[in-house]
Amino acid sequence: MADVREALMVGRNSDGKLVRRPISPHLQVYRWPISMALSILHRASGVVLGVGTLLLTCWLVSAANATDDVFDNVQHFMGSFIGLMLLFGWSVALIFHFFSGIRHLVWDAGSGFDAPHYNTSGWAVAIATTVGTVLVWVVGLAVW
Amino acid sequence: MSGTPHIDILRSPLGRARGLGSARSGSHHWWAQRVTAIALVPLTLWFIFSVIHLSGASHQTVIDWLSSPWTLAPMLALIIATFHHLQLGLQVVIEDYVHHEALKMALVLLFKGVSILLALICIVSVLKIGL
Repeated sequence: MADVREALMVGRNSDGKLVRRPISPHLQVYRWPISMALSILHRASGVVLGVGTLLLTCWLVSAANATDDVFDNVQHFMGSFIGLMLLFGWSVALIFHFFSGIRHLVWDAGSGFDAPHYNTSGWAVAIATTVGTVLVWVVGLAVW
Repeated sequence: MSGTPHIDILRSPLGRARGLGSARSGSHHWWAQRVTAIALVPLTLWFIFSVIHLSGASHQTVIDWLSSPWTLAPMLALIIATFHHLQLGLQVVIEDYVHHEALKMALVLLFKGVSILLALICIVSVLKIGL
């Protein structure tokens, strides 16, 4: 026995055999239900979108500049690999927060609270986000 | 009047009528977050379509686009609703995770200030182009 805590972890089972006592599972061993994942992601995507407003601000400020240079630089950066990755992350966060937010508004209106309902709507949000993001990028890159 | 049914609560009738708790602001924060969320549903859709439409556009194209009142008005609405919604959301996140009272208040005020400042920068930029 290493210390007293270790001693307390040992007990006897119904046959009188010494066994290690089962410990209470920590949060991370549970499977994430979809509703829990989406709830955390809704908040996380909101914070990401907050950072993303800096991108919007940069774009509008550069567009307000009298010369073309600043705007062209920003436009060029957005088209670079890093810029496209930032835009992709921003678009995923925005589209997810959009659909997940509508789900929250339906709850606020007083419906969709029961288990089969919120699981279905949760998966609908996940699918809509995936389809929406792919659609935006396919059309966006085609126009570009 | 013993025998009359009554509820013992340490709350004045005026306090109950106003509906304000210890936060002294009632449900205004919650309601404002929902109103801005509803406003942002059509505005976000419009914004996504606009960004796709403008991908790879020249400076002059963007200036022409923003110069129309039909673009300028929803753009201003988008900016105001977005930053208001952002500020309300960030406040809840800070209030949930920061438990030190002074730090909590400092962070809420800081992010409120930053949100307002960014919103004003966006509004001024857009008006400079559109007016």
